[in-house]
Amino acid sequence: MNTINTVTFRQKFEAYKRNPVSMILFSLVMFATVLTILFILFFLGYILIKGIPNLTPSLFEWTYNSVNVSLVPALINTLYMVGIALLISAPIGIFSAIYLVEYAKRGNKLVEIVRLTAETLSGIPSIVYGLFGMLFFVIALGWGMSLLAGAFTLSIMILPLIMRTSEEALKAVPDIYREGSYGLGAGKLRTVFKIVLPSAMPGILAGVILGIGRIVGETAALIYTAGSVAEIAKGRDFLFDSTRTLAVHMYALTSEGLYVNQAYGTAVVLLVIVVLINWFSEAIAKRLQRF
Amino acid sequence: MNKLKERFMKGIFFVAACASILAVALICLFLFVNGIPAMGEIGIFKFLAGRTWKPVDIPPSYGILPMILGSIYVTAGATVIGVPIGLLTAVFMARYCPDQLYRVLKPAINLLAGIPSIVYGFFGLVVIVPFIRDTFGGTGQSMLTASLLLGIMILPTIIGVTESAIRAVPRHYYEGGLALGASHERSVFFIELPAAKSGIMAAVVLGIGRAIGETMAVIMVAGNQPRMPKGILKGVRTLTANIVLEMGYAADLHREALIATGVVLFVFILIINLLLSLLKRRAR
Repeated sequence: MNTINTVTFRQKFEAYKRNPVSMILFSLVMFATVLTILFILFFLGYILIKGIPNLTPSLFEWTYNSVNVSLVPALINTLYMVGIALLISAPIGIFSAIYLVEYAKRGNKLVEIVRLTAETLSGIPSIVYGLFGMLFFVIALGWGMSLLAGAFTLSIMILPLIMRTSEEALKAVPDIYREGSYGLGAGKLRTVFKIVLPSAMPGILAGVILGIGRIVGETAALIYTAGSVAEIAKGRDFLFDSTRTLAVHMYALTSEGLYVNQAYGTAVVLLVIVVLINWFSEAIAKRLQRF
Repeated sequence: MNKLKERFMKGIFFVAACASILAVALICLFLFVNGIPAMGEIGIFKFLAGRTWKPVDIPPSYGILPMILGSIYVTAGATVIGVPIGLLTAVFMARYCPDQLYRVLKPAINLLAGIPSIVYGFFGLVVIVPFIRDTFGGTGQSMLTASLLLGIMILPTIIGVTESAIRAVPRHYYEGGLALGASHERSVFFIELPAAKSGIMAAVVLGIGRAIGETMAVIMVAGNQPRMPKGILKGVRTLTANIVLEMGYAADLHREALIATGVVLFVFILIINLLLSLLKRRAR
């Protein structure tokens, strides 16, 4: 098939010669893009090439000590942290999205305020969350630096993310679904839980997983809320144990300056986890588009 | 019974919706209540415009002007580096990128947005710091290093938001440009970009917000000396770094002064947020 409207390289070159402004703009665009691509390749390549040789078995021993600098306790604490933070913020975020999309009437003042506060929350830097968590959960509520204080702080931090993605996912569910459900005699609540939520699930899940990614990578909000004890939280009061997550562990390694090799290894683990999480979230969000 | 359940659950949804309002109220309350008294005790002017930060001296001095300037300079540097590159890359993504490349490049840039700041900080420490040290001399931990790293970190934000702003410009703007004899570049740069102005501004403001609030990456590369900024190859300390570095051992007024530092940062962020929502309203 002959395509129309194509230009040869030579024609394009001639056009640029007649029009220097276009050529300059074109080369600037190309230059910036090449810079960005080169940086991405260099960054990932550097971390992987320097880090993978440092993934020694001692880095994955069950308990931490200053000889093996194991990251396993931090990894398990990260799992706890993710679990508890999601337990708090996923229901609140999803329920509040349900209220905004399914229940609130058009032009409701509350909706505007909720949107405004959610936007404010999403702009607050993590160190401010850390300060607040320290003042409120650690000191005012007397929880001390603990898994629970850290998880609550993080759950507020990821709340706007979960709210926004859930809201978008709910909005994307066609109204026909709801009308069909009402038409069959289902009530509002049943419609929401049996029809709307299941159809919106991929979008909601994608947001939740993105939230997990943020929790895994967070440092500044945790240093003064969860502390930095490198042991697995356990026992009856494990919620009130001071713990370090993987990112805080990495910060401790780099700022001490003694364990550069282990820090390279930890960086790879952290990077791979976050990449997998993001990839997973995107894969789920793609399924949503098939609707 | 059913009706009761419906109303009960509606109440639950309503309460959940109020959670974010409660969170913002609590954050404001706790920061201001704990931070404002210290400002009063030190003296608002002495605190905000004081040029020396020596909290453990006798008598101590609590001036955070060096950190305010540090934050502003580093953020400005990051903007100067990140915005042009991000903007031009966004133009490429929206108007030049072949489909096959886009399928790889878009996830790669999204990935860049998801990388934890501590990993960026580590990368800055082991790559950019030695590079600056060998190229320009000094210790390598400097305002320039921090600006460079932050400029890289805000790239994905700027690229993502700008790209969608360009894509939101109606196709006939571009076609009209072509029909009048403008080249592809001229149509994109002189017709589409001005039309996407509000969205691009929003991208820049969002990037500034991220840069000013960034903590862990900056700590690793900025040098963190609490003195007035002396030049782009000298170390600086930002507001965020000040909080993290000293909160661990601070007590009494020193500790409250650090919380007040957080309040100043929070006010900066609120202003940026306000700007952002104004821009977003205009973009609509």
